[in-house]
Amino acid sequence: MTDTIVVSPRAARTYQRLLRFGRQLAGFIALFVIWEVGVRVFHVKEYVLPPPSQVFEAAWEHWSSMAQGAWTTTLEIVAGYVLAIVISVPLAVSIAFSRLVEQTVYPVMVFLQIVPKIAVAPLFIIWFGFGFTPKLLLVFLLSFFPIVISSIAGFRSIDPEIMDFVHTTGAGGWKAFLKVRLPHALPDIFTGLKVGAALSATAAVVAEFVASDRGLGYQLLQYNGDLNTQMVFAIIILLSAIGVIVYFVVELLQRIVIPWHVSTTQGTGGIELT
Amino acid sequence: MVSIVPLPRRRPAGDRSAAPVKISISAKSVSKTFRLGASEICALDNVDVEVGDGEFVAIVGPSGCGKSTLLRIVAGISRPTTGDVVTNGKTVDKPVTDIGIVFQNPVLLAWRNVLDNVLIQMELRGEAPGKYRERAVALLTAVGLGDFLDRYPRELSGGMRQRAAIIRALIHEPPVLLMDEPFGALDALTREQMRVDLELLWMRTRKTVLFVTHGIDEAVLLADRVVVMSPRPGKIEQIVDVDIPRPRGLDARHHSRFIEITQHITDVFLSRGVLKSESRLSDI
Repeated sequence: MTDTIVVSPRAARTYQRLLRFGRQLAGFIALFVIWEVGVRVFHVKEYVLPPPSQVFEAAWEHWSSMAQGAWTTTLEIVAGYVLAIVISVPLAVSIAFSRLVEQTVYPVMVFLQIVPKIAVAPLFIIWFGFGFTPKLLLVFLLSFFPIVISSIAGFRSIDPEIMDFVHTTGAGGWKAFLKVRLPHALPDIFTGLKVGAALSATAAVVAEFVASDRGLGYQLLQYNGDLNTQMVFAIIILLSAIGVIVYFVVELLQRIVIPWHVSTTQGTGGIELT
Repeated sequence: MVSIVPLPRRRPAGDRSAAPVKISISAKSVSKTFRLGASEICALDNVDVEVGDGEFVAIVGPSGCGKSTLLRIVAGISRPTTGDVVTNGKTVDKPVTDIGIVFQNPVLLAWRNVLDNVLIQMELRGEAPGKYRERAVALLTAVGLGDFLDRYPRELSGGMRQRAAIIRALIHEPPVLLMDEPFGALDALTREQMRVDLELLWMRTRKTVLFVTHGIDEAVLLADRVVVMSPRPGKIEQIVDVDIPRPRGLDARHHSRFIEITQHITDVFLSRGVLKSESRLSDI
């Protein structure tokens, strides 16, 4: 005998979502289990690869210093990243719409982009010392270019016929920008924002490696020197978590700002946000 | 070589040629030269066209004959090298705003649903969209999009998108509608339906329409007059009156005048080498 269970579409969706979340969670649990068992079965030395149980134990012991480091590093990431957004989007607008700016600023920018930006980090120490500023600047520098480049592409990629139509409405430049050009560029701007977000976490850690007395990058180097591999892993996991959170904040923002876009509606191909 | 005999006119008694007609669009000796590197390409050579108020005029010609360029010049979004254009009584020296324009691609805004894509016309004109909502809904419903008002363009078929684009070009009640190969990207069946619908829409609104196409059938089935153009440089070969009674609908293809007129236009293209009766493949 077969039972037919009638469920509302909403309940079915919730079920699908839970199922998906459950599978994702199971994947991660499996990873940690294999890691734990593998390390114990093959007697891997704990300073080479500690089992996850030891990593979590160490993290539990040092949680307050880790939280402090996380706070410092997150502040550097967010400040540098926000600065990059605030400067690069208007710059992209002026490069896309002014021939003068395009011909003067754009070539310089492309040249600067080729410079390996991480190599500049030691220079920042000479200029700005050990504090917050050089970290902020390196985060800014690394996340700045992808945002500018994709934003320019976004502003330029508009179909000329859309603008022909806009011209027949007699709309001025500002109105055309707000109602047509900017919304059209938003998907590309968000692409740049995501690349920038991923780079900003890297930039903050590298800047702390070079010279610092606080932050997760600094702590990572310290624990590495002590061969405290458990804590090295704990900090790497924490850094990854911060990166994922920053990325998801941008992703969430994208869903709110451009709910109509394909990249938003067709799933992200990765971990589901909601 | 085919000789071109002017097609005999068969106009009904008391037709509009008896009374002076108000002119909506007038292009006088319009030429357009594009510069491509060192060479110059003459897209339009001394073209004269007049479109009367409420008249449906189609421009037919092969690719590259400058027909789209002519339409863009009439709209003021492209400037002629020489010559003058008067649209709606005003000399054109900047984009004309009291027109509706439809392109081959619907160019809808991907971030707006169908209704908001129509209302953008009013927003860009600085009007409160709320005032036009009702009219937009009525027009969209009339073209079969009533159930799709809140759908985004990517959720619609090509024909539905183009219908929305046409309504966007009509919402501000322009006296003139400019259409640049509006059905060019549609499949044959959708195209036929759109053609029939456009004729009915035009018969109800009686706007002045300038319709660019490369389809001889489409031009003859829709227009009061067909402007036949040849390419490089774009020139007007002939202007042909179409005296097939309206509404022409789907049946007009069997009308004897339809067959005569399309044959005549085909002959013009044959005589100008635009069409060849023998396949070029025979040279191989």
